[in-house]
Amino acid sequence: MKQRFRETLFQIIFLIAATASIAAVLLICLFLFVNGVPAMAEIGLGDFLLGTKWAPQNSPPSYGILPMIVGSLYVTAGAIIIGVPIGIFSAVFMARFCPKKLYKILKPAVDLLAGIPSIIYGFFGLVVIVPFIRNTFGGMGTSILAASILLGIMILPTIIGISEAAIRAVPDSYYEGALALGATHERAVFFSVLPAAKSGILASVVLGIGRAIGETMAVVMVVGNQTRIPDSILKGVRTLTTNIVTEMSYATDLHREALIATGVVLFVFILIINLCFSLIKRKEGSK
Amino acid sequence: MPEKTEKAKWSPKRLVEAFCNRFRQYKRRPLSLILFLLVTLCALITFAVLLFLLIYILVLGVPNLTPSLFAWEYNSENVSLLPSLINTLLLTGLSLIICVPLGIFTAIYLAEYAKRGSKFVSVVRITAETLSGIPSIVYGLFGMLFFVLYLHWDYSLLAGAATAAIMILPLIIRTTEEALQSVPDGYREASFGLGAGKLRTVFRAVLPSAIPGILSGIILAIGRVVGETAALLYTAGTIAELPESIFSSTRTLSLHMYLLSSEGFHTKEAYATAVVLLILVLGINFLSSFVAKRLMKKQG
Repeated sequence: MKQRFRETLFQIIFLIAATASIAAVLLICLFLFVNGVPAMAEIGLGDFLLGTKWAPQNSPPSYGILPMIVGSLYVTAGAIIIGVPIGIFSAVFMARFCPKKLYKILKPAVDLLAGIPSIIYGFFGLVVIVPFIRNTFGGMGTSILAASILLGIMILPTIIGISEAAIRAVPDSYYEGALALGATHERAVFFSVLPAAKSGILASVVLGIGRAIGETMAVVMVVGNQTRIPDSILKGVRTLTTNIVTEMSYATDLHREALIATGVVLFVFILIINLCFSLIKRKEGSK
Repeated sequence: MPEKTEKAKWSPKRLVEAFCNRFRQYKRRPLSLILFLLVTLCALITFAVLLFLLIYILVLGVPNLTPSLFAWEYNSENVSLLPSLINTLLLTGLSLIICVPLGIFTAIYLAEYAKRGSKFVSVVRITAETLSGIPSIVYGLFGMLFFVLYLHWDYSLLAGAATAAIMILPLIIRTTEEALQSVPDGYREASFGLGAGKLRTVFRAVLPSAIPGILSGIILAIGRVVGETAALLYTAGTIAELPESIFSSTRTLSLHMYLLSSEGFHTKEAYATAVVLLILVLGINFLSSFVAKRLMKKQG
């Protein structure tokens, strides 16, 4: 009797623990939306999302976050342009070209790259990449280009890890078939194996986009944080994430709520990206 | 120098032949050569960036590691990192106390109790996946709105730890579940066969053999909390003193690092702090993969 009671008790405890992650997601949604949506309504959704002027200290203040949305998109696109080719080629090297001994060094190296905290990346960007851009191209140095390079480096481990797994999951017969038809090693890998690993590689890119758009601390140190729609990649911008970090410490009332609303916009972006990721993964699973 | 490379190349005759053959092949197939070079170059870039970053921080940081950085009290003169370091340990410990039981129990439910394909399980999985994709600044916002303001915990160790706990929850769930699933069914069957109940089987047979996997996940989670900044800035606060209770505001090492480098007055100290943080986080990650490797060896 006592044992039965204990069994049921613990089963219920486990069940309750399992609801924790559901509760967390619900609470996050609830608190972000409850605090952010009224501000959006007060500012006006159109003025908020499409307004080009962010000047919360002015009177009357204006809260347009279009510069930040554009900034986030530019910086993320830059990171993808830099990080994706290098990442995918590195993954190909690690999966199909690398001698076993070298792999034993390369794999932990990529893990290391993933383990470095974003604040260290930010600091590195500030003391290396920003001065480099300032000296080569002129300007302030804190720019879209600096943030793109830094984020390109930061998404490398994500892209390499998932792409490599996808390439390794392709059956050997693809590769061998291509070789039998007279293809070189490179042709076999690039034109037979890689297309078969397409959806896994796409998933890695989507995840990389998610990481790049959500990155905060590294970006805030190198991106310049000017609220404007930039006309060159050497100009500074402000992203959605850095808008929150730079102003939250002194914001009050509607200004603060507008920042939370910025977080809501970011959150919605991330949810869409996550949805894409799981759709791609599900498609791959059903194949 | 050329003599040496020539010797290394020429001594095993076979290698040379293979090399020549390959080169001859490439000569006739320029596309393959280009692809090969491209792939090698990209791998080289990845590796070089990592190496450059590590060496740069170490070379410029290590000479700046002075004893005054490790003074017991922080003031604007010595910019001591010791209080932040201790705060980091406290906050990490507290977040683990909150998160580890929750994560392990969830994983036990998912791996041992839940029926396959049940709706509830898929909802739990989807939410855990969603949690792992949320950027840390959103966690920071949520922590500020919920723990700091709604629950009136103010900027505190507890608010920071709770925020970090939610952040690492999906990681703990996933690694624990994987560890539980890799325990052979024979363990469970043998335990049932000896007359043990489900609960006893889970705690006495399954969990002990899954411990290395769980541990490696926990260590990985520690690494994430130690390196976290954005989620803690508006939950744990920025006061660089040892906390009096779990409700006092604290500053972790990565927050300290952020404040130092954004102020711009203490570049030397920022380099030194970067070294300490880097060594701490990388050490933790190494430990995690070391534990995971030992597990693999044991399983054969």
